[in-house]
Amino acid sequence: MTQLLWNGLFVGSFYALVALGYTMVYGIIRLLNFAHGDLYMLGAFVGFGVLSVAGGLATGLGFVALLIVMLIAMLVTGTAGLLLERVAYRPLRGAPRLSVLITAVGASFALEYGMRLVAGPNPEVYPVRLAGDPVNLLGARITIQQASLIVIAVLLMAGLQWLVMGTETGRAMRAISQDPTAALYMGINVDAVIARTFFIGSALAGAAGVMAGGYYGKIDFLMGFVIGLKAFTAAVIGGIGNVKGAMLGGLTLGLLESIGTHWIGGQWRDVFAFTFLIIFLTLRPTGILGERVTERV
Amino acid sequence: MTTNLATSPARARALFDRLQQNRHLGLVGLAVALLAPFITATNYALSVMTSALLFVMLAVGLNIVVGYCGLLDLGYAAFFAIGAYVSGILATRYGWPLLATVPVVIVAAVVAGIVIGGPTLRLRSDYLAIVTLGFGEIIRITANNLTITGGPSGIYGIPGIMLLGVDLSGPVGLYYTCVVVVALAVLGAARLGRSRLGRAWRFIREDEDAAEAMGINTYRVKLAAYIGGAIWGGLAGILFGAQLSAISPPSFTFLWSALILMAVVLGGMGSTPGVVLGAIFISVLPELLREAADYRYFVFGILLIIVMIFRRQGLWPARAVERQSRRDKRRAEEHAARKGKEVVP
Repeated sequence: MTQLLWNGLFVGSFYALVALGYTMVYGIIRLLNFAHGDLYMLGAFVGFGVLSVAGGLATGLGFVALLIVMLIAMLVTGTAGLLLERVAYRPLRGAPRLSVLITAVGASFALEYGMRLVAGPNPEVYPVRLAGDPVNLLGARITIQQASLIVIAVLLMAGLQWLVMGTETGRAMRAISQDPTAALYMGINVDAVIARTFFIGSALAGAAGVMAGGYYGKIDFLMGFVIGLKAFTAAVIGGIGNVKGAMLGGLTLGLLESIGTHWIGGQWRDVFAFTFLIIFLTLRPTGILGERVTERV
Repeated sequence: MTTNLATSPARARALFDRLQQNRHLGLVGLAVALLAPFITATNYALSVMTSALLFVMLAVGLNIVVGYCGLLDLGYAAFFAIGAYVSGILATRYGWPLLATVPVVIVAAVVAGIVIGGPTLRLRSDYLAIVTLGFGEIIRITANNLTITGGPSGIYGIPGIMLLGVDLSGPVGLYYTCVVVVALAVLGAARLGRSRLGRAWRFIREDEDAAEAMGINTYRVKLAAYIGGAIWGGLAGILFGAQLSAISPPSFTFLWSALILMAVVLGGMGSTPGVVLGAIFISVLPELLREAADYRYFVFGILLIIVMIFRRQGLWPARAVERQSRRDKRRAEEHAARKGKEVVP
């Protein structure tokens, strides 16, 4: 049972990291960035590329190498998110919702199949695995590396929380999410702040991608599709647009999945999660922490 | 001479516009579909053309949801799968003739539409997009895991269509069956789009709040669009099973839903001729560009972004102006005549 909880927390922290980007972008410009899961995939592949090039050096350093790789991957995916916003989303700001959603689907498609062109259709095996000696902790077997990944995830989330609540950029973000026009009148550079949001959200997804590569050991160009959906589910469970909610939702979903699949079988894992999304939207669409948002006309 | 040069592009454009609005366009399309096998009727060509027809039907069905009502459905392949699986299971496991499964498929599609659309259509329209995406996965994974759906290997040995003792399961018979069914489907969807309900759909697409203020029950009208799309998808699924005689979960991935959406968006959301041509284009293009298979989806993705940024209405836009129906015109005339009489004395 403790093992299940640990696994749930572990997977949940991935979900939370990806969900954070989703929820930040949604919170600020009300855009469902379908390509977000694919930025996670991009992060995993960038990490894979760097590790393959660095080769022997990386395997020697093990965990530290993974950290450096993670930083590089975060930079690359962050920049990719920035580009995506600039090229695909900014020209459509103020366009009908449907057009923006379709653009996001197009962006997701382009990223997936662009990566397929680069890396080929077959799954790649991650060169660094997090398979150290397991330690017994409260009746569960976990490795030090796994535990440290959770710590990193928590640190990243704490950093983000500080950024959103404690810095000027964060205040600008919150202002834009309340009223972009008024924020503009108050002298906030709206475009720059939105771009920054995309960078941060995408970088977090990239970090999660590298972690997932190290944890599962296998990556492929469609890996972002399901995780994107799960992250959205997590964001909805926590209350979309709410940073703390995304973390809570991610962990909740991870735990639910871990316990649920134990009962009904691993092949039903995704069905279980998405059914949960539908149930949640029916019963409490604002999520655990979300407050009721009135639609502005 | 100079004026001629200046006006000829404008005249060409006007001519093209008139051509686009022509009422007999549908008949021309039907004639092309009926006569195509006389040009080439190899089994390969027939199967490509049948697939294109199925794709047209799917695109026209999705057009009800996306084009008319402005709701993004990213799991449209799920309804297609429901149609194919329900009819396939009834036909192979219980020996029903394929035609007898039609009502059951319609009921199944409507139920699925209500289950998914019911809770989500009350929320912001973006939620529908992602929930349908999840729904597509649920259906595919479920089909992959259950024994009644044959698991990963799917269902095989689905019989062809028999109508009044005539066997329509050969390539030619199937093709013409599809021509008839798809023509009716296109016509039906187009007429639905021009009906009172269709006007409500477009009103919601343009401005949901204004529509609500005008007394349209937006929730019910949106649900009607979603269910309409579901029925079209389910019926196309039956034909799909009849064409391939075998179905399996990989046929119903997100890729399908995305390609159907692509056809609708490229052709022109809400425009029947645009969507039909878009569907033919998307389904036949891969046959022509076999070598470029790897680049195809990448290019499709980029194309979606470009179309949305530079030509949102698609390549063949829908008519912006409502045409008065003959009945309305007659009524208006009668009304004017009556008024005239009252005024005269």
